Amino acid sequence: MRDLIEKLTPRYTLGNATYQRADLTFVDVTRDELRALLLELRDKEGFTHLVLLTAVDWIEEGKFQLTYMINNREADQTLGLRLYIDRNDAEGDTIHDIWPTAATYQRELREMFGIAFPGSPRVDEEFILEGWTDMPPYRRDFDTLAYSQQTYVEREGRETHDPRATMKHKMYPEG
Amino acid sequence: MKDLDKNFKKDTETEFPLREEMRPRKVTTPDGQVIDIDPLADYFCQEAPKVHRKSYSAIVEGFYNWARANSLWILGFGTGCGAIEMRPLMTPRFDAYRYGIQWRPTPRQANLLVISGYLSVKTLKRAIRAYEQMPQPKFVVGLGSCTINGGMYWDSYNTIKKLDEYLPVDLYIAGCMPRPEALLAGFMELKKIIRKGEAEGANKYAENFDWYKANQKSVIKDWDMPDYSW
Ligand code: SF4
Repeated sequence: MRDLIEKLTPRYTLGNATYQRADLTFVDVTRDELRALLLELRDKEGFTHLVLLTAVDWIEEGKFQLTYMINNREADQTLGLRLYIDRNDAEGDTIHDIWPTAATYQRELREMFGIAFPGSPRVDEEFILEGWTDMPPYRRDFDTLAYSQQTYVEREGRETHDPRATMKHKMYPEG
Repeated sequence: MKDLDKNFKKDTETEFPLREEMRPRKVTTPDGQVIDIDPLADYFCQEAPKVHRKSYSAIVEGFYNWARANSLWILGFGTGCGAIEMRPLMTPRFDAYRYGIQWRPTPRQANLLVISGYLSVKTLKRAIRAYEQMPQPKFVVGLGSCTINGGMYWDSYNTIKKLDEYLPVDLYIAGCMPRPEALLAGFMELKKIIRKGEAEGANKYAENFDWYKANQKSVIKDWDMPDYSW
């Protein structure tokens, strides 16, 4: 994997390479190079399979991280491309023409994180949620507990044990 | 709870628009007439369900209840993890058929709805439709802690936590998930309840119809069906 990253470095801005395992590597990429890089990796380097496209909400930095995870089956290598986009007004570039499956991931990201992918097929239709009117639920400022308390009726008498406090009490009863 | 954001307020203002195909509209017929169509009123029966009255004599009613208790037809509608536990029940290992309990594929042929676990709002809508389409007398059994108090989905943004707010439940079977033995015990218990004439869920539903509908509509924002699905 190091060879591949070194080979690509002169032509692309790659940053922060993490060699997580012998068969798993992550690297930062930039938005304007993403498409060319994906195409090159797919057509020349044998990364023919899009494993997943997902997002991480870095709310403190005001960024979404899109992770494009692609796999080269022959070489048994997985490469994760990390792309940071602005959290307000989040927008990514659709890659459904490179891998058709990406359209499904992009619909999911649109619904759960509110990241727009203009041009992706059916991206603005509902995907999993039905009749959802609140903010996208995977954003970290969406509080699922508070939402569920405000929405769904609870049965009296339910106790919740915070694992940390419970174990502390069990192991050190005197405090 | 450390990560609980006290300031989080759910959005209560935004209304979910009625689906386009459900909106009242003007339609031109093939012969040129322009007619008004209100799909919800025109395509569906708007009648509310009625209470099924008891028989004129206690002996006859007792006989009916005996017959009902021995004729349980379960709708094969698996909603959560618990659906997995129904498969061994159908097969020789636990064999529920020997108690006269069988599964049917459609609501019209079933009289027992087993809510087998957590219900997301989306599934709740289908479960309500399925329940309403079942012929009376009909019964509901809630399976697992998710139907009782939310179980491990207690903080989920998309699952209900107390099933009897939305459907009339005759019996709960506790566990996460309840084993087939527990289900069998539960079904035996349900038979006893029916024989005693206490499984009056469908009548409760008819009597408190407005309350149930209000609860259902408070969580299902995308309400694109008639109030009662005949
Ligand atoms: S009670 Fe447990 S097994 Fe049943 S649906 Fe909930 S989580 Fe799954």
